Amino acid sequence: MSQLKELLTSLSPTKLGEAIQKSQIYRSVFRVGVPVSDRKRMLVMLGNVFLHLHPVKVRKSGIRLRFTWCMGGITFFLFLVLTFTGLLLMFYYRPTIEYAYVDIIDLREQVPLGIMREIHRWGAHAMVISVWLHMVRVFMTGSYKPPREFNWGVGVILLVLTLLLSFTGYLLPWDQLAMWAITVGSNMARATPFAGYEGPGANLLTLGENIPLISSTSDARFALLGGTRVGEMALLRFYVLHCVGLPLVAGFLMAVHFWRIRRDGGISGPL
Amino acid sequence: MSKVNPPLRAAKPGEPADAGRRSFFSWMSLAWVSFTASMLAAGTATARFMFPNVLFEPPLTFRAGRPEELQVGIVDERFKDSNQVWLVREGGGIYALSTTCTHLGCTPNWLSAEQKFKCPCHGSGFYITGINFEGPAPRPLERFAISLADDGQLVIDKGRKFQQEKGQWELPGAYLEF
Repeated sequence: MSQLKELLTSLSPTKLGEAIQKSQIYRSVFRVGVPVSDRKRMLVMLGNVFLHLHPVKVRKSGIRLRFTWCMGGITFFLFLVLTFTGLLLMFYYRPTIEYAYVDIIDLREQVPLGIMREIHRWGAHAMVISVWLHMVRVFMTGSYKPPREFNWGVGVILLVLTLLLSFTGYLLPWDQLAMWAITVGSNMARATPFAGYEGPGANLLTLGENIPLISSTSDARFALLGGTRVGEMALLRFYVLHCVGLPLVAGFLMAVHFWRIRRDGGISGPL
Repeated sequence: MSKVNPPLRAAKPGEPADAGRRSFFSWMSLAWVSFTASMLAAGTATARFMFPNVLFEPPLTFRAGRPEELQVGIVDERFKDSNQVWLVREGGGIYALSTTCTHLGCTPNWLSAEQKFKCPCHGSGFYITGINFEGPAPRPLERFAISLADDGQLVIDKGRKFQQEKGQWELPGAYLEF
C-alpha cells in the first residue's frame, strides 16, 4: 500500500516534469535548460540553427506594427505557404503539353481540397504585393541607409527573384492566358543588350558584313525557352526554374537577408 | 639589420640568390592561370548545355504546295499553325507573311469580312499587305523569302526575313512574281 502511494506520488506532474527534464532525450534537445537569465536567453538564440539568424535583442519600438507593417515577416510566411502548397501540387502536376492543362483542371475538380491550387495562386499574388510593400516600408523609414545598404541590395535581388517566380509559375497552367503572357514576356528577352538577337548591340556582334553571331536560336530568349517559341521545352524549363532553381537561390539569399538584419543592428530603428 | 628569408634551395653558381623563390612564383602564376582557364572553360561548357543542338520544331525551310492552289485575294491559312506563315496571292504574285505580331509577338487573326489581320492581345491591325494601320504595332508584319523549287512547289525560307520599313520588300526573294 505504501509502495503504491509512493508510486502515485512519483507520478505527480512536478516529479514527472523533473524526470523528463533530467532525461537524456530532453537534455540533448534543450542543452542550456530553461533560460531564466538574459545570458541564457542569448545562448538559446545563438545556439539554435534557426534562431541564430535573428537578432538576440529587439527594440520594442522597432517591432511596432505601425513601423514595420510586418511586411517582411508576412512575405516570409507566404513563401513558406507557397513552398508547402507548391510541394503538394507537384504530386499531381505533370509539366508536359499533354497533361499540364488537364492536371490543373483535375486539381480543382477531382483532387480533395480543390482550393490547394488557388491557395498557391492567391498566395503568390499576395507575396508579390507584400514584397513591394516591404520595400516601400524600408524606403520610407530610411532603413536602407548604411550599414544596411548591403541588405538593401540583397533585398532588391530577392524582389527580382519573387517576380521571376511569379513569371515562371504563370506558364504552368498552360492555358491561353499563360501561353500568350509568356510569349509576350519572353519577347522582351529578344531585346537584351548584346544577348538578345534584336537587342541593342546585336548588330555589332557580326562577322564581316552580315553574318550574325547571335540569332533567334542562340540568344537570351532561346536559353529561356529552350526553343524559338513557347512550347514543350519552355514549359519544362519554366517548371524546373519555378520548382527548384529559383526557390533554391531565393532560400539562400533569404538566409543571408535575415542574417544581415541581425549583423546590421536589428530589425529597424536608429542605430 | 633586416632579416632575409633563406632561399628554398641553394643557388647554383652564376644564379641569383633568390632563384628558387622566383621559380616558385612563376609556377604559382602558371597554376593560377590554368585554374582560371579551366574554370572559364567549364563555365562556358555548362552555359552551352542550355542551348540544344536539335530542336523538335518545324524546319525553317518548308514546301508550301503549288502556287496554282492559291486564289487571288485570299489569305491562305494552311501553314499558320504549323509554320507561322500566311501565304497571300495578289494580281501580280505571291508573298509569305509572318504571323508574329510586330508589337509583342502574339498571333493575329485574319478577319476576311473586314479584310485585316487583327491581333487579339493588344488590338494591332494590319492590311492584307502586312502594313500596320491601327493599334500599338510599330511596324508592318515581316515577310519571308519565297521561291519556286524545281518540282514547281513554293519554298518558304523563314531564315531570311524582309522588313518593309527597311525597304527590303523590294529585294529579290521577298515577292514571287506569278
